[in-house]
Amino acid sequence: MTRDLRRRPGFAAALVHRLSGVALALFLPMHFLALGTALQGADRLESFLSLTHNGFARTAEWGLVCALSVHAALGLRVLAIEWLSYRERTAFVVSGCLATSFAVGLLFLLSGA
Amino acid sequence: MTAPLDHAAPRREATVRRDAEALQVRVRRGSAFQAYAVARRANQTVLDVVTEIQREQDPTLAYRFACRVGMCGSCGMTVNGRPRWTCRTRVAAVAEEGVLTLEPLRNLPVVKDLAVDMEPFFEKWRRAHGYFEPGEAPPEDFAAVLPDSGPRREADAGIECINCGVCYAACDVVSWNPDYLGPAALNRAWTLVNDVRDQGQAARLDAVAGDAGCHSCHSHMSCTEHCPKALAPTFAIAGLKRATGKAALRRLWRKP
Repeated sequence: MTRDLRRRPGFAAALVHRLSGVALALFLPMHFLALGTALQGADRLESFLSLTHNGFARTAEWGLVCALSVHAALGLRVLAIEWLSYRERTAFVVSGCLATSFAVGLLFLLSGA
Repeated sequence: MTAPLDHAAPRREATVRRDAEALQVRVRRGSAFQAYAVARRANQTVLDVVTEIQREQDPTLAYRFACRVGMCGSCGMTVNGRPRWTCRTRVAAVAEEGVLTLEPLRNLPVVKDLAVDMEPFFEKWRRAHGYFEPGEAPPEDFAAVLPDSGPRREADAGIECINCGVCYAACDVVSWNPDYLGPAALNRAWTLVNDVRDQGQAARLDAVAGDAGCHSCHSHMSCTEHCPKALAPTFAIAGLKRATGKAALRRLWRKP
């Protein structure tokens, strides 16, 4: 019954916004744990960072950059609708937010990360 | 002089053959679907199809309608997965490959077959203070409301609601939280927030600012996508978020 209701740009935007937020929330504790190793000396931090020099961590890092940028872009869209009375009805802005975030992800890859 | 009706004679429409020309209609009746075949006709609406089934094939089928011209908001149903007003929905526009699946509106208790109980919908209308409050001492003179003033335009944008319940059925937040006031009630509240004559604004903003109020909206915009009157409850709810946010800040500012 609800199948068709889910094929809407607004629903897709909310879903991607929520999933990217969950991904960032999962990453944050690991980020702080990694930074916390610096309290035990530079060597400890460096040895921890060396664990991230592999393909999986690099790919995850790219995904993280994409998640951060898409979360920020879609968050700005919500703020524009709610606080700036922006009356957006179409898929245009949602598509723009997604395109922007993937462009940021591409720039991250091109920057040689 | 017309010949008397022979009620014993089989009706022509009741014997529509299940061929490729006929419209295949699946109607949810309780937990199961029942299949019917209805002849295709020019300019046929979905409500015409349901009426034909009820009058010619199955008098036990329950549904609701009144005006048939898109004014009363009684005939909302789920048509091929989408909530719609059936009196203004043409079969040719929605029946993919000649198949029509009809279900009752989502998020409302089913009375029977395609008829839902609208009471929870109207109860939330009342909970959102969706009625005009003249106050203890109404002004003696008419209020001057300029047609192009900001509040009048905001009220105009949402005032054509016919209470059909389509937005309420489309809303994901209502299906997650049955207490959520829903797009129609909040849209109505927003039109009244913009009514300069209304004297019950503080109570109304309190009523719509709770857990089940405007701040629960996720801006999925399903209500705005599906509204048959092309209203935009999402933006009305956004207006309520601003108004309640500002009211909360004002309260905080005035606190000693």
